[in-house]
Formats: sequence, structure tokens, C-alpha cells
Amino acid sequence: MNKNNIELKESAELRGDAFLKEVANAFKKNKVAVIGLIVIIFLMLLAIFAPYIAPYDPYDINLDLQFSKPSIINWFGTDMFGRDILSRIIFGTRISMLIGLIPTFISMVIGIILGLFSGYYGGKIDSIIMRIADIVLAFPSLLLAMVFMYTLGASLLNIFIALSVVGWAGISRVVRSQTLSLKEMEFIEASKSIGTKNWTIMIRHIFPNCIPNLIVLFTLRIPGAILSEASLSFLGVGAQPPTPSWGLMISRGKEFLLNAPWVSIFPGIMILIITLAFNFFGDGLRDALDPYMKY
Amino acid sequence: MAKFILKRILFAIPILLGVSLIIFILLNVVPGDPITLMFKEHIKPDVIERLRREMHLDDPAYIRYFRFIWDALHGNFGISYKLNRPVTYLLLNAFPRTLILALSAALISWIVGIPAGILSAVKQYSIEDYFFMGFAFLGVSMPVFWSALLFQYFFSLKLGWLPVAGYTGAKYYIMPAIVLGWSSAGTVARLTRSSLLEVMRNDYIRTARAKGLKELPILFSHALKNSILPVVTVMAIQVASLLSGAVITESVFGIPGIGRVAVGAIQSRDMPLLQGAVIFATFLVIIGNIIADVLYAFIDPRIRYN
Repeated sequence: MNKNNIELKESAELRGDAFLKEVANAFKKNKVAVIGLIVIIFLMLLAIFAPYIAPYDPYDINLDLQFSKPSIINWFGTDMFGRDILSRIIFGTRISMLIGLIPTFISMVIGIILGLFSGYYGGKIDSIIMRIADIVLAFPSLLLAMVFMYTLGASLLNIFIALSVVGWAGISRVVRSQTLSLKEMEFIEASKSIGTKNWTIMIRHIFPNCIPNLIVLFTLRIPGAILSEASLSFLGVGAQPPTPSWGLMISRGKEFLLNAPWVSIFPGIMILIITLAFNFFGDGLRDALDPYMKY
Repeated sequence: MAKFILKRILFAIPILLGVSLIIFILLNVVPGDPITLMFKEHIKPDVIERLRREMHLDDPAYIRYFRFIWDALHGNFGISYKLNRPVTYLLLNAFPRTLILALSAALISWIVGIPAGILSAVKQYSIEDYFFMGFAFLGVSMPVFWSALLFQYFFSLKLGWLPVAGYTGAKYYIMPAIVLGWSSAGTVARLTRSSLLEVMRNDYIRTARAKGLKELPILFSHALKNSILPVVTVMAIQVASLLSGAVITESVFGIPGIGRVAVGAIQSRDMPLLQGAVIFATFLVIIGNIIADVLYAFIDPRIRYN
């Protein structure tokens, strides 16, 4: 009996390993996705070690250097206060990375819990949660985030809150539909029949089967969150000066577009790079995880 | 079909009520007295008293909510704090501009996105495929406000072809519509491509090939019809993303549409105006969803009977 158990476990582990290997191999073949991953790792290192990498203090005002063109001293030029744009961009990576990861993660957790409950228990709980999700999904997301910013006040921290609260509805729908199909499977029946608690079934048996999909959803939602922060800050209802948020930098530079286009252009290129990297990576991950795409 | 449409409309009512409740709660828990926000200078206490009574600010929240709903049903969304005009008037005034912008952007996204998606799918993994998909990825990943600025920089400031901002003629809408349309064309192209690729894998396509049909007739008479379904649904979801995008494009290009009104209302802390603008925009999204559902059921009769 014991030996059998061990064998079963080993074969399960082997199967898990084989699956991961297969996914990794499929992913590696997708060059664009690999480049995306490399760029993401690079930007994460940039964010973590910003103080050591940035050549200048991102807040250091030097009016003598106002609107310096990109040069050897200031690679990306300086802004209207003579602040080094490269240094501000490097510190801005921190904001975009955190905005991309944290609110997306929080809204995923909310969405997963509500989706599991909704799909597993069904009935009244399901219809209440799904009606609320319908309502949240009906809003144009940027406008809903803007209403939150109106109530909470414009600041970077409040963007974290607004984006965390706004994003769960789509996730909960995905998790719910997966839970609905999974709970009809035999292994869940078997688990129920030996008296496993509902909570344990949800966490140990249903949730792990949703993970591949959720990882893809997570990566593909990060660029949306980054763009939302940039948009809110650009509109003046997000991060406030002198925070080196890329959206805010573009917005502050737009009045000087004709004479000093570099003030707005470089932060924009950074937003493009980071969102492209996450989109490529997420797309590659989805293709690698989805057997139907392999043809 | 009529029953189906009616059912969809009835479904929308609780959602709209929920939307208004969420917005009402969010905007009415804001600390700060609206009257002191309206008048920065000192005003006499008895004037404040009278205004509070007139605006029913001392009533309990739920009574104010029901009054709000009752008024809204009669087309009355209150008076703007800052502009001192009916919110409904301001929104109806702004709406045509947003409509023109959103419709022309949607049109661009379909005209560009659908053919690009079809070409990419037909010539999967070719140079054309990579080119179109690269373009689509760029559209999806590029911040709208930034591409707007780049367009302004090149086509207005450098080349002088188009006006930088404004809304008084058709040429003012060209750049905003292209900028907004491009971001959505990416989504449309990618969806068309993946949906067509999926259909092309079906047995009946293999049968069509086996009986000797050429690729083009297969594509047009067998594959496209079936692959267009998901594209139609995304058109409805587009309403929401176009409205979110319009908030930004209108701000950059100085078009006083619904989005610009909403941003202005936040900046001047004009609660009734913001409330009206958001509810109005959400109402448009819900209508878009209903239209898409009906279209979907019209194209695919299986949906009607389920």
C-alpha cells in the first residue's frame, strides 16, 4: 500500500515535471516571448537597483540645465526643472513595475476567491456575485478608476487601491466558469465521497487546475494596469509632481513638445517597451500552455 | 427575436441601477461640503442653510438616492456645481462629439483590423503575418495619449498638415480618430486572426479542400462566416474601451466630449457633472452590449433558442 502510494506520487511528480518541461520547450521556441521575458527581467533589475544605476538624483532641480538636449552628460536630456530624464525614467520603472504587479495581484486574489465561491456553491451566492461582477464590468474601466480617484484623492497610493478594486470582475468570471466545469469531474466527486471539506476541495483540487490560465491572465493584465496608471497620471488625476511617474512626465512635457520633445518621448518609449514586453511574454506563455495553439 | 431583445433590455435595468448605486455611494461619501466647494468665498450662514435645504443635503442618504433615481428617470441629473447649468444639457451637448470620435475610430479599427487579421491568418507565419501582428501589438501596447502626442508632433507641429487641437470641423477629428482607432484595430486584428485560424482547423474546411475547392472560395463562403462571430462580440466590448480611450484622446486634442467633461469635472470637483458623465458613459456601454447580443443572436440562431 505504502509502496503504491509512493509510486503514485512519483508518477504524479513526473507528470508535473514533464508538463512543465513541455511548456518550457514550447515557450523557448517563441523567440519574441523570450525577448519579452528578458526585457521584463532587465526592467525588474533596473527597478530594484535604481539608486545604484541612476546617474543623478531624480528629484534634483538644476535650473541652469533646463531643457538640455540629450548628450553624453544627460543621455535622455533634462526637463523644465533641469532634472535628468534618464534618472527619472529609471526610478519611474519602480512605479510602473509595482503598479503592474501589486494591484493586478490583489484584484486576482479577490477575483479568484469570489469566482471559486460563485462556481462551487452556485445558487444565490453565485447570482449575487455574478450580478455585482456584471455591474463592475459595465463601467468603462478608466472612468470607474477616475471616480475612485475623485473620492480618494489624486495620489499614487490611491491608484493602487482603485486598480485593485476595479479589476476583479473579469477574473472571477473566468475562475467561475472553470470551477463549474471542474466540479463535475470524477476526481472532485471522489474527493467529496471520502468526506473532504468544501474549502479543501476548492483550494487543493479546483484552484490548482485554474493556475495555468490564471498565470496567463495575470501577465496579460499587467500592461493594462501600467497603462491605466500612466493614463490617470497623464490626466492629472493620478500621481502628483514631482513623482517620476512616466505618464506624469509625458503630461508635463507635452507643452514643450515642439522645442523639447525628448521630455515626453523617452518616458513614452519606456511605457511602450514595458507593455510590449509583458504582452509578448503573456502571449507566448498562453500559446505554450494551450495545446490547441500548437499546430 | 422580439422576446429575446426584450429579455436583454430587462436584464440591463438592474445593472444600470447597480451602476448608479455604486457611483452614488462613491461620490457621496466624499468628505467636504458641496456648498463650500461651490463658493470659495465666505457666504452668509443663512444662505448656506437655504442652499442646503434646496439641494436636500440634510436628507438621509437613501432618500437622496431615491430622489436621484427619480430625477434621473425624468432626465434630470442635477445642476453642475461649477458651470451652473443642467448636467443633462451639458452631456447632450458633449455627446455628439464623442459619438463622432468613437464611431469613426471604430470604423477605422474594423476597416484596418479585420482585413489585417484575415491576411495574417491566411498567410500564417509569413512576413505579412509578422508585420500585421507587430502593428497590432504596437496598437495594443502603445499608450493612447503618447501616440496622440507623437501624431501632434509630426503631423501638426512639424508637417503642419492637420490642426493640433479643436473640434470645429471634420479635419479636427482625423488625428484623434486614427489614434483611437489604431489602439482598437490591434485587438480586432488579433481576434480575427485567431478566430479564423481556429475555424480553418475544422473538418468541414478539410472536406471543402478535399472536394477540390480553391482556398479563396473556402475562405469567403465557409470560413469567414463562422469566424466573424467573436469579432462581432468584441465590437460591443469596444464601446467600453473606445469610451475609456475617448477620455484621453478628447483631453489631448481638446474635444469637449463626454470624456473631457468627466476629466474637467474631476479637476473642478464638480460632483453632479461627474456622476452624470459616468452614468451616461456606462449607459452607452450597456446599450452597446445589448446591440452586440442581438447581433450575435441574429447571426447565430443557436443563441436565441438557448
